[in-house]
Amino acid sequence: MIANYGYKDGSGEYYISIDTDQCISCSAARACLTACPQQMFEIISDDYDDEVARIRQANCRTLAYDCAECKPAAGYGRLPCVAACTPGAIRHAW
Amino acid sequence: MNAETLAPTLPEKKEFWRWQENVWVDDSRDWKSAGIVTCGIDVGSVSSQAVLMVDGQLYGFNSMRTGNNSPDSATHALAGVMEKCGMKLEDIHYVVGTGYGRVNVPFAHRALTEIACHARGANYMGGSGVRTILDMGGQDCKAIRCDERGKVTRFLMNDKCAAGTGRGMEVIADLMQIPIAELGPRSFDVDVEPAAVSSVCVVFAKSEALGLLKAGYTKNKVIAAYCQAMAERVVSLLERVGVEEDFFITGGIAKNPGIVRRIEKLLGIKAMESQVDSQIAGALGAALFAYTLMSKKAA
Repeated sequence: MIANYGYKDGSGEYYISIDTDQCISCSAARACLTACPQQMFEIISDDYDDEVARIRQANCRTLAYDCAECKPAAGYGRLPCVAACTPGAIRHAW
Repeated sequence: MNAETLAPTLPEKKEFWRWQENVWVDDSRDWKSAGIVTCGIDVGSVSSQAVLMVDGQLYGFNSMRTGNNSPDSATHALAGVMEKCGMKLEDIHYVVGTGYGRVNVPFAHRALTEIACHARGANYMGGSGVRTILDMGGQDCKAIRCDERGKVTRFLMNDKCAAGTGRGMEVIADLMQIPIAELGPRSFDVDVEPAAVSSVCVVFAKSEALGLLKAGYTKNKVIAAYCQAMAERVVSLLERVGVEEDFFITGGIAKNPGIVRRIEKLLGIKAMESQVDSQIAGALGAALFAYTLMSKKAA
């Protein structure tokens, strides 16, 4: 399942997509949990009883600000969450 | 002459936003002879629904407005349909809660997200060919893709504000002083289709609509402009997840042809017609999940 967390507002589209099928047998040992400086990721049991990653609800409406410090303008070459998720399940829309 | 006779009589304040609440039970069937009775409760931000299923088939439902207390709303929604068929809570084998207030359903055995439940409900209502679902709820919109079993394969939820949702339409109904059920048909009664209002934010759109009225727009034209804006907003969500036929719309807005026809025009595809109240899709999906979970438990 591709889960999109985030929102669209007047300034743009801010979505983080997680391919939760990749989470079920995560080969990166849930590295997303520790890679994010804001600790936005959490592991939950979804509606189909699979253990998958998701963005914490408190962060879903403030992604543009929460992710700002990891964006290229802040000096990162690659987003820490995307780099840590070696199966390639995490994508940012902006 | 006393003060009471001198007091001006104010016109009665009508609730133009108030939509039709529904209770329905399939009288041709008898739940007492059923093997498994399950229930789905969808406590949304604006409306609450309770759906009863007997042996995996829709038996009855109640759709009503959510009050200021989620546990009470869940209890009243279920009591309404149980009263109509003479059922008691102990007769129900499994209850699944869903929606915004799902964790506040006191008698639920399990809580599931409305995303999974709407997909499952749409799959039941529209058949296994349904691939794209748009749930236009009271205060959020969800674009969902699912497989032939109604399992979610992709979703997007926009819950940052009430723009493009049922609540926005209620506000416009009150502003225009037109019953909410008439907004859709009246939005087509215009000479020329107006441009969409530039903002779908409920607060800004309300002031923009007032400005258009002052500028000489008819009420119907303002409604058409707002319907177009809502359609454009949800279509942008749908395009992000991708649209594949069959396309099904759930939630209260599915009853508004002014929005539905405009969405269809923008997407270039027709939405499926539903024989069942589109507002109960979430609770129906929850009842189906309850049936599956109970069947597994019983096996």
